[in-house]
Amino acid sequence: MINEVINLMAECLEKEPGEIKATDEFREYEEWDSLAYLSVIAAIDDNYGLVIPIEDFRSCRTVQALADYVMAHKG
Amino acid sequence: MSYLKFENIGIKAIAGVVPKRQIDNRTYTHFMSEKDVKTVIEMTGIAERRFADENTCSSDLCIAAAESLFTETGIDKNEIDVIIFVSQTPDYRTPPSSMMIADKLGLGKEIGAFDINLGCSGYMYGLQVAFLYASQSEIRKVLLLNGETKSKAYSKKDKATSLLFGDGGTATLIEKIEQENPTIMSMHSNGAGYKFILMPAGGYRYPSSVESLKEKIYPDGSIRTDEQGSMDGEAVFNFSITDVPKDIKSTLEAARLDWDQIDYFVPHQANRFITNHIAKKFKISSEKVLYSLQKYGNTSSVSIPLTLVDHFGNRKIAEKSLVLMCGFGVGLSWGTVITDLNGCRMCGVKEL
Repeated sequence: MINEVINLMAECLEKEPGEIKATDEFREYEEWDSLAYLSVIAAIDDNYGLVIPIEDFRSCRTVQALADYVMAHKG
Repeated sequence: MSYLKFENIGIKAIAGVVPKRQIDNRTYTHFMSEKDVKTVIEMTGIAERRFADENTCSSDLCIAAAESLFTETGIDKNEIDVIIFVSQTPDYRTPPSSMMIADKLGLGKEIGAFDINLGCSGYMYGLQVAFLYASQSEIRKVLLLNGETKSKAYSKKDKATSLLFGDGGTATLIEKIEQENPTIMSMHSNGAGYKFILMPAGGYRYPSSVESLKEKIYPDGSIRTDEQGSMDGEAVFNFSITDVPKDIKSTLEAARLDWDQIDYFVPHQANRFITNHIAKKFKISSEKVLYSLQKYGNTSSVSIPLTLVDHFGNRKIAEKSLVLMCGFGVGLSWGTVITDLNGCRMCGVKEL
């Protein structure tokens, strides 16, 4: 799951997967903005049939936390 | 709430009007960098918009649209018994604009007139009310007007909204007609999300004051006053891709239809990223999805009827045209309408 979410994040942010680590706080990335948010939420919905409620997403700080959340809630 | 079903009531005609003044988003770089503007355009699909001049109100756009509808269809306007004006940019806080519009259109004193304060779901709610009136035996024709001058309501220095909204007006005529397919409608609301699209000041909770007119700088660098509209794009996006598809799916089921039977999908023209995502969820073939946002932007409750007249041009539809429309936005509020436009006289989009 963590690798899938890293790849998804890389695609949305137009970064190389190697540039993304599980422990990264993704909001710190230079590429992170509201459009990146839309891309990530949409990509998670496309891939896992899951729209993460905004409060839950805001509580996910790291890439790992996001991957754990998707793992626990995907359909 | 449950679904409304109407038989032998339909949309008889639609006319659209947009202001002459064209805004090219690609050169709208006074506040954001060229690169950022390009990224936003790629995401939203909104390349151009129309802005009304300072003397033109939503009501003026709607009057022009109604006159265009009268001219093109040749209907007897004395048969209009009810006029409904849906807008968030009326002429005054009071009185409502619908009475003045009825007067200017020469519709006489027998007509019932009222305003509905709604945004992007306003065509759905407006159609519901119009169809309910039209279903009364004594009511002959209902005129539904949707008008917005959102360009005047949002800050030009707000990153979340400055490249989205455009102005326009439409007139829709609803009356009893013979129809093969019934019309099905849903409507929903969730006031817990009232803050997501909000103009905080200028009402009676926070009256206009020196404070409300001060420009404030927000964490993303956006600058706006409390009199101007604000939007939490992330929250609105989440709502648009959860509650809205759920409603579309259940309305389609209530109508006992599947996507193969739907000829056109006309979502509110919020932005292409949202509408593409919804269309993709349902695997709707792209030629069925109608767009006008590349030319007119997000025109709030005007966007769906404007997209219809823009697509069909100036002609009468003479074939089965089952359309699924869905509006969603401020309130929060949303709804879906499935109706057959066979026999509808489209009057095209004119400039004012």
